[in-house]
Amino acid sequence: MGRHLLSVADLGAEGIDEVLRVSDAFTEVGRRPIPKVQALRGRTVVTLFAEESTRTRLSFETAARRLSADVLSFAAGSSSMKKGESLRDTVETVAALGVDAFVVRHNAPGAPAQVARWVDAAVVNAGDGWHEHPTQALLDCYTIRQVRAERAGRSPAEVGVEDFAGLRVGIVGDVRHSRVARSLVLAMAALGAEVTLVAPGTLLPVSLEGWPVAGTTNDLDAVLPELDVCYLLRLQLERGAGAFVPSLREYTTAYGLTARRAGRLADAALVMHPGPMNRGVEIADEVADLPRSVVLRQVANGVAVRMAVLFLLLGGDGASALRGLSADG
Amino acid sequence: MAEHALVLRGGTVVDETGTRRADVVVRGSSVVAVEEGVDVPRGATVLDAGGCLVTPGFVDLHTHLRQPGAEEAETIESGSRAAALGGYTAVLAMPNTEPAIDDAAVAGEVLSLGEKALCQVMVAGAITVGRRGEHLAAMGELAALGVRLFTDDGAGVQDAAVMRRAMEYARGLGVIVAEHCEVAELAAGACMHEGAWSSWLGVAGMPAEAEEVMVARDIALCRLTGARVHFLHLSTGRSLAMVAAARAEGLPVSAEVTPHHLSLTDGALAGYDPLYKVNPPLRPAAEVRALRRGCADGLVDAVATDHAPHPAERKDTTLDDAAPGMLGLETALPVVLGALGPADGAPADDSGAEPAGMAIADVLALLSWRPARLLGVTPGDGGEQGGPVAAGAPANLCVVDPAATWELDPGRLASRSRNTPWAGRSLRGRVRHTVRRGEAVVIDAEAQR
Repeated sequence: MGRHLLSVADLGAEGIDEVLRVSDAFTEVGRRPIPKVQALRGRTVVTLFAEESTRTRLSFETAARRLSADVLSFAAGSSSMKKGESLRDTVETVAALGVDAFVVRHNAPGAPAQVARWVDAAVVNAGDGWHEHPTQALLDCYTIRQVRAERAGRSPAEVGVEDFAGLRVGIVGDVRHSRVARSLVLAMAALGAEVTLVAPGTLLPVSLEGWPVAGTTNDLDAVLPELDVCYLLRLQLERGAGAFVPSLREYTTAYGLTARRAGRLADAALVMHPGPMNRGVEIADEVADLPRSVVLRQVANGVAVRMAVLFLLLGGDGASALRGLSADG
Repeated sequence: MAEHALVLRGGTVVDETGTRRADVVVRGSSVVAVEEGVDVPRGATVLDAGGCLVTPGFVDLHTHLRQPGAEEAETIESGSRAAALGGYTAVLAMPNTEPAIDDAAVAGEVLSLGEKALCQVMVAGAITVGRRGEHLAAMGELAALGVRLFTDDGAGVQDAAVMRRAMEYARGLGVIVAEHCEVAELAAGACMHEGAWSSWLGVAGMPAEAEEVMVARDIALCRLTGARVHFLHLSTGRSLAMVAAARAEGLPVSAEVTPHHLSLTDGALAGYDPLYKVNPPLRPAAEVRALRRGCADGLVDAVATDHAPHPAERKDTTLDDAAPGMLGLETALPVVLGALGPADGAPADDSGAEPAGMAIADVLALLSWRPARLLGVTPGDGGEQGGPVAAGAPANLCVVDPAATWELDPGRLASRSRNTPWAGRSLRGRVRHTVRRGEAVVIDAEAQR
């Protein structure tokens, strides 16, 4: 892994594979009575969340603590950012405390890349505007691989990333304003999966030039039976996404995964969602709770994957570290 | 005692009348002789112009001097020094100051501060009070002070009825209405051009149509009112095509483009550097090519800098929070020569577009006598800009070394701001001397005051 994780494009197939393998080890750590290793003892990780996101912040902070790193938490509402201090001043001030990694969430696309130019520490993009959310895509990859391995009665390591080749993934909903979609498209393309974007014209990116996708459609019903993974995006109603569709009812009618629609999926197909779900909008209540819905596993896997990312950025190379991952060492 | 003499020796004079080898002798504020091998008057200051082009000083139709209101970014003094270093002997100060230049008091203040500046400072007036797009500014009062161009630059006049009224009123005054073409609703929240790059970067973009819709509207209003309409900083090929069609129809329209839209593309924002955030936004290479063609075809009337200084804190921030705009005065000549001049091994720029291959004299025309004519400030109009370089003419001159290669050191910029994308870059073509009303304000690329 490079010095920062700003985009899934920084990883490539090999980098993703490495993160998944190291995540396997941390999943094992998570099952221990004391789910903690000392790998990052003495290192300091800052979570700088200029945009509130309790779930992602807690996931990263849990990951850092399980690696025995010291965690500084810096959230928008409580900070000097509200007092008019610039992002650069804030970041440089925090860096002066002696920080090894910044985990940055910001509503402005590119903010983590800017932070990476301003400080010497490693920077993890924890979601920047509509741009990317790399660890979400990584935990999605991890979840897909884990579930498919279980079903095949093999270990995830045996399955490997080769399993993604030709996997048919439908990403449904507000792709235009989704950082999750951009990271997921990159990850899936790197691993050889075939991505179809399913959305009305107002929610597709304005230009798809250079996007490694197999196609786009506004007909969810037509693609459903072909999918191995049906990935539903959150309609961000709190940010005015409602203005891009005539009504929520019309959106749900055309793009909501209702029970009837879920019935058209292949038996083995997975339903995924990055959360938080708008039940009754993009996903019906009863579908969210079906066994094929792996939403909670996505959340659970977040900690191990984020441990792997922090570990690889700060702890050196994956292979040697994996050998020495004991609870006390 | 005779007035002090200044001789620009050994250069090639280029103006709208042609190109010839000649020394230029200046006495007081006028040119007194233009001929080869002149006798240097006793006590004269001699400036070497060997290998250089001696041209009428440049005229910038689009300069943000920031005074009054944002003196931390630029002042009339610092901006005029930057202008002189860039070869400009006149700039048109944009009215989006604080307060806006929307009445005679503010215009008078700027004009009076401009008297001590290193170049002639002219002012553009606002079209509407406070540039709010609602009520006409004191256009008659401002015109009486000599204001020849009106604009709400920084924003377009959104209300078509207000723009129609402004054009009708301007027509009677014989002044130019200049539009910053940007439909606010199509540009809301945008930080860059909407296209392949913005879609991938997850950045809100403004489509080319945000500009083009307003160009189309204003051409229609020009037809309706007969007003003299100027289009500021056009950035797309279709905008230029509409201007060409309007002109073919006989409508009194003109257009300018900026050095940065001739040389940079939206791909420059791949690293999210707010330095490249500018309105209108940098466009894809196809548009850069179209703008270059528009210059080569003679359609574009002027290259104007849209010099937009901002203090570091307005750029050291996230893309959505950063102020739009970049410096232009001190780098316009090399950037424009590279984009429009002969394709003879000039340093490649980032756009990937071929240089337009224009003769250097035609490029200088876009920087000097064509904007001077557009604004009505040539000696023939009773003004003092744009040449020609001839005995009896006002001595507003610039000496250009087209072959000089240099690197821009941002620490040495005369501007109070540093928001230039050309810092540390190799540039070819440099302004060596600038003469303003007979005073050598720049000698060997150094400001003299």
